[in-house]
Amino acid sequence: MDYGTAGTALATGILFGFVLEQAGFGSPCKLTAQFRLTDWSVFKVMFTAIIVAAVGILLLQVDNTFGSQGFYVAEMYLWGTVLGGVLIGAGFAIGGYCPGTSVVGLGSGRIDGLIFMLGMVVGVWAFAGVYDTSLIQSIVNSDPVAARTVPELFGVSPWLIVVAMVLMLLGGFLVGRMLEKRSHGVYSAEDITEGHDPAHEDDLGRELASEARASESQTARD
Amino acid sequence: MLLTFILVGNGMGSSGAFARLATEFGLWVAPEATRSNGYLGGMAQGNPLAAWIVMAAIGVLIGAILASISSGRFRVKVDRGSGRIGVAPRLLLALGGGLLAGFGSRLAAGCTSGVGLSNTAMLGVAGFVFLIAFFVVGILVSLVMRRVW
Repeated sequence: MDYGTAGTALATGILFGFVLEQAGFGSPCKLTAQFRLTDWSVFKVMFTAIIVAAVGILLLQVDNTFGSQGFYVAEMYLWGTVLGGVLIGAGFAIGGYCPGTSVVGLGSGRIDGLIFMLGMVVGVWAFAGVYDTSLIQSIVNSDPVAARTVPELFGVSPWLIVVAMVLMLLGGFLVGRMLEKRSHGVYSAEDITEGHDPAHEDDLGRELASEARASESQTARD
Repeated sequence: MLLTFILVGNGMGSSGAFARLATEFGLWVAPEATRSNGYLGGMAQGNPLAAWIVMAAIGVLIGAILASISSGRFRVKVDRGSGRIGVAPRLLLALGGGLLAGFGSRLAAGCTSGVGLSNTAMLGVAGFVFLIAFFVVGILVSLVMRRVW
């Protein structure tokens, strides 16, 4: 690997880490609040990022900027992907992080982020230990799905999928706002730094939370 | 801004760096076993710093440090949410969660960023399947875990 690739990777990582931290995604409490359905920031930021990137990629492919093959979309093995999603989802709810956000957690000084990373190394060892067994081999190599992309799978235009995703995002915004109002709401920067629950805030605290929401939708627009 | 990391980086990934890191630690502790291992053996060569995915993970760490210090949020601590559990149980949960995520990320060949974000942005089937499993199980397990936070 040349220095150019290394530099690009490093710069991309810095940008990714910076944005995730600014979004409050170094906080296991805020992250898992998505799963408790009380703070929808993860869903909103994630889906906004996916849709923006998807549109960008589609537009670039229109002009064949990357040649006729476009980007490399990895082959998928159904059961490996499903079980991986299950384990990572469970690990997220239990440990408070996913692989990327644990690094962000450590970057903002959280020791539990470092321990989560340690756990992942052990998890990879465990996987390597059982990799050659027939069970794991059959999971990671069986049932490859012929269609690599969703538009291919359903035989529709990729733009239709993007529209469906935008509708999902809007739905998420609406449902999210409703559920956030019913619970303590979005965790503000203060909440996650000092570690208190926004439900116990005074009026000033609520104002901070709504400010955080406003600036967040601002970021989403940018 | 969000566009750039996909375009520049050709998709982002985090868990791959931990697979590479696990290989490196394995080489220190048990070099023979690591080299002959069916999974890690293939990664056990070259300088780990030369792997772009490791560089990206180092970047994420630097980016997070810059962001948290510049906004005055940097605190060395064990994050226990609203403090309903002690330090040791929290660290134990973090270790256990990491273990599941580490194992799972190798089954799915990626994690939330690599499969969930990058693959879904390319409208890949894997990304959508991953996200559905991820959110459904995450919400279910959180029904039990909610008293922790």
